[in-house]
Amino acid sequence: MSAEHAEPASFAFDAESEAKIATILKRYPEGKQASAVIPLLYVVQKQMGRQTGSAWVPRVAMDVVADRLGMAPIRVYEVATFYFMFNTKPIGRFHLQVCGTTPCWLRGSDEVLRACKDAGHLKGYGDTSADGLFTLTEMECMGACVNAPMIAVDDDYYEDLDYESTVKLIEALKRGERPTPGSVTGRRSSEAAGGATALTGSETE
Amino acid sequence: MAKVTVDGIEVEVPNGASVLQACEAAGKEIPRFCYHERLSVAGNCRMCLVEVEKAPKPVASCAFPVADGMKVFTDTPVVRNARRGVMEFLLINHPLDCPICDQGGECDLQDQAYAYGHDSSRYGEAKRAVKDKDIGPLVKTVMTRCIQCTRCVRFAAEVAGTPELGGTNRGENMEIGTYVEKALTSELSGNLIDICPVGALTSRPYAFVSRPWELKKTDSIDVLDAVGANIRVDSRGPEVLRIIPRVNEAVNEEWMADRGRFSFDGLKRRRLDRPWVRKDGKMVAATWPEAFAAIAHRLAGLPAERIGAVAGALADAESVLALKDLMAAYGSTNLDCRDDGATIDASRPDYWRFNSTIAGIEDADALIIIGSDVRREAPVLNARIRKRWTAGKFPVAYVGPRGLDLTYPATHLGDGPAAMGAFAETLKAAQKPMIILGRGALQRPDGAVVLAAAWKLAADVGALTPDWHGFNLLHLFGGQVGALELGFLPGQGGKDLAAMLDGGVDALWLLNADGFGPARIPTGTFVVYQGHHGDAMAARADVILPGAAYTEKDATWVNTEGRAQRGRLAIHPPGEAKEDWRIIRAFSEGVGKTLPYNDTAAIRARLAEASPVFARIGEVARDGCADVAGPAATGAPTDAPFVLPIPVYHQADVISRASDTMAKCAEVYGPPPALAAE
Repeated sequence: MSAEHAEPASFAFDAESEAKIATILKRYPEGKQASAVIPLLYVVQKQMGRQTGSAWVPRVAMDVVADRLGMAPIRVYEVATFYFMFNTKPIGRFHLQVCGTTPCWLRGSDEVLRACKDAGHLKGYGDTSADGLFTLTEMECMGACVNAPMIAVDDDYYEDLDYESTVKLIEALKRGERPTPGSVTGRRSSEAAGGATALTGSETE
Repeated sequence: MAKVTVDGIEVEVPNGASVLQACEAAGKEIPRFCYHERLSVAGNCRMCLVEVEKAPKPVASCAFPVADGMKVFTDTPVVRNARRGVMEFLLINHPLDCPICDQGGECDLQDQAYAYGHDSSRYGEAKRAVKDKDIGPLVKTVMTRCIQCTRCVRFAAEVAGTPELGGTNRGENMEIGTYVEKALTSELSGNLIDICPVGALTSRPYAFVSRPWELKKTDSIDVLDAVGANIRVDSRGPEVLRIIPRVNEAVNEEWMADRGRFSFDGLKRRRLDRPWVRKDGKMVAATWPEAFAAIAHRLAGLPAERIGAVAGALADAESVLALKDLMAAYGSTNLDCRDDGATIDASRPDYWRFNSTIAGIEDADALIIIGSDVRREAPVLNARIRKRWTAGKFPVAYVGPRGLDLTYPATHLGDGPAAMGAFAETLKAAQKPMIILGRGALQRPDGAVVLAAAWKLAADVGALTPDWHGFNLLHLFGGQVGALELGFLPGQGGKDLAAMLDGGVDALWLLNADGFGPARIPTGTFVVYQGHHGDAMAARADVILPGAAYTEKDATWVNTEGRAQRGRLAIHPPGEAKEDWRIIRAFSEGVGKTLPYNDTAAIRARLAEASPVFARIGEVARDGCADVAGPAATGAPTDAPFVLPIPVYHQADVISRASDTMAKCAEVYGPPPALAAE
């Protein structure tokens, strides 16, 4: 963990976050604002990503959320630590979330994991690379089994991966590019790997 | 009402009751860990499984509402098997460290494992271990033993009103704690120890001290605040090892404040264990006859009006009565029990009592607190206010230092007496408005006027009716009300405390009177100090008579409601110290003014004669207000801000000031934020 990602002394929402919060809070009736705790923690995480390049939720920010929603701080800590989508520790600029659940595993997620380690210079799950670019996390099924194996980079899914394509993806990220999310083999959404086999013709045939 | 059949026994329970409550009504004991009748239902331990007819699987009885005609079975093979399964899961991660666990012998898990545990474990994997948490000097944690019932989390959030505990992380990694390491800020934190069904939260001062079956258990009364919590003093030989609360629904339910629970190590330190007499300016150890002779000699030469007596915060009713009778035998009417200088108008009992009663707080529908930090002056009573607030529709306001955290929201009206009226409209709109006036608010030169103004406010807003008495004075210690009930006050032509300290007397008998600075006593005055701790006042004395502390005598105490309760002797006083009223009785015999009682029964009969409260032990009359005429003082109070009488919660009396545990707490917690800000 680099020094710039240490627990900050204070946290305040910026204008972009404030605008989001205003919309979020409107969804809940007066007096039930505590329901907004999950979306607000997400706003915090996004803002930290924008501002520091590490999308995580520091403890001071949880206190700010608690204060904003009129909750005891411990109630926010409980929520933030319960969901592993909230990073309670600093992470790298890109969050590589590898799916290791059965369909992905059968289709070669071990290779994808090896590629992440090699290309990202990562020791294993939970590790952050020395250059602060990548953090590797194991995720449970993210619902893209048809195009297994897959990884999620922050909020973007990259599917139909193998060792080479994963290395290519990571190298691109290193260069500061953001490849188009979706299947890397070019198939459209979840249609068959060899192209569409049904409904290929026109309606009149 | 719903008719439910439990194991063939038909019971009727209210609609909305749980199956567990129905089973209890039928006299069936249901094992449980997470369920606690004073907390919200969590339903997460699954130990209370029962079978319900037509239900496809066992149900958690604590969280399952009854239905009319329901048939419940609490002891079938299915139930027993299910509970065995639950127990096996609970024990998977629970260490087998009962021999070194302080909960051993009084552990719910241990007891229930006898009934539902397997003889051996089928679990071969690694057990989880959890790092212990530091949550302050009072509660010790061994978090590996935690079964995550969340009773402590719910207690802290619901009863104590300090939501600082929670369950962080999830599944296998879930931990109970504060997340950010900190000491719990509750004055009720000791109750976590009682409420924890396993050995995860235990008493730090009691760690590795004793086993429950080695202890002598004595029912008694807590006197370190004026609530009069019912307690059990656990002792072994000459030592008090711990103090825990007993259930009394009308007083403390089953809670207890930390100062009362953990101050007992102060009973072993700085004790006065033998008489002392000042000779040529120096204190010299003496025998009882020498001490008595020194007093008798000094008093003999004085006219009655030059002799005075003051009773203090921790004086029991018997000794106050004996001292009053002794003073009467000398012909002196210079008596005062308001040693803290509180200007209490003693002309009518309801001017000094907590008239609504503690249980009555639950009937009130609006509250103003004047000059009192109830949370630190009477934590258990404050929990009752919080309970009422939790039930809803209960506006609360306070007058006193800004920023008081009472554990429930309260509007700050102002710092001084002038702000009292600002809440009158809300109180008027309420059916049963309540006014709590702190004793600390009367410890000021215009205290009498403050008292009259608070009473007038109560009268004006309709708090004083034949059915409801909404005026309440909140005292600070267990001995203060008893002395008022006995009329330990200046009699005909008698001098009050201020007059006595202003050179009005030549000899002063101080019975547990530590409420004022010894420097206020003029140099020539002959001081007899009767008490149990060598605090500041004992250093000023000319003769010290060593008395017994509240755990060391059979004595009667009156709480702030005017409820007389009996404390019992748990251990004997140290050294040559004696029960206080017997000291006075023995002295009276020596000077030929023998008091007309010589055993406990006789002095208690005399107590009952002196005031009706001592004739109804444990009871309190809950009367409305028959006469709205207020205290005589007139005029408007000055607008000097109220000052809280107890600056440091953990060190408020001679016992807690001598306590090591309390000293550690004072160091950790410091003064309350409202005072620290000044």
